[in-house]
Amino acid sequence: MSVKAQTILWVTQRASAAVLALCVTVHLATMVYAIRGGLSAAEILSRTKGNAGWLAFYAVFVLAVTVHAPIGLRSVLLEWFGWRSASRDVFLVGVAMLLGALGMRAVLGVFL
Amino acid sequence: MIGHTGTWAALVHRVSGILLTLFLPVHFYALGTTLESAAAFDALLEWTERPLVKFGEWGIVVLLAAHLGGGLRVLALEFLPWRDWQKSLAAAAAALALVMGLAFALAL
Repeated sequence: MSVKAQTILWVTQRASAAVLALCVTVHLATMVYAIRGGLSAAEILSRTKGNAGWLAFYAVFVLAVTVHAPIGLRSVLLEWFGWRSASRDVFLVGVAMLLGALGMRAVLGVFL
Repeated sequence: MIGHTGTWAALVHRVSGILLTLFLPVHFYALGTTLESAAAFDALLEWTERPLVKFGEWGIVVLLAAHLGGGLRVLALEFLPWRDWQKSLAAAAAALALVMGLAFALAL
C-alpha cells in the first residue's frame, strides 16, 4: 500500500475517533439514564421515533464506526495474523458494508 | 515501568476494539428488529433480563468505556505537545472504565 493511502487511513482513523469520542460519551450517558427502571421497546421508541436529532446523531455514529472498526481491524489482521494479501482489504470492505447496512437498518428501525 | 503501562494500555485498547467490533453486528441486528415489530424487540429485551446476559452487557459497557479512554489517550499522545501529566493517561482511562462500570451497575 502506498504511503499516501496509509496516510489517508491514519487520518481517517483519527478523525473518526474524534467523532466517536463525542458519540460514545453521549451513548454511555444515555444508556445509564435509560436503563434505570428497566428497558422497554416503548420507552426507547418514545425517545427516538420521528426525532430528527437522534436520527442525525445515530446516523453520524454508525457512519463513524463503519470506517473506524475496519481500519482498526486492519492493523490487528496485519500485526497479529500476518494477513497481508489484497483479500484482507476485500474482507474489510465487506465488514464495513455489513456494519453500515445493519447499523443504518437499526437507526431507521428506531426512527420510523 | 511507564513503557510497561503503555504496553498494557495498547493491549486493552486493541482487545476491547476487537470485541466491540464483534458485538456491533449483533447490537445493530437486535435494534433492527424494531422494524418488524415492537413486540419482537420487547422479546429480545426480555431475554436480556437474564443475569448472565446482564453481566455480558455490563462487560460490553466497560469495554466501550475502556476503548474510549484508551482512544482519548492515543489522541492526546499523538496530537498534544508532550506534558508530564500524559504519563497518567492510562490510569485515567482505567478509571473511566471503572466509573462507567459502576454507574451502569448501579443503574441496572
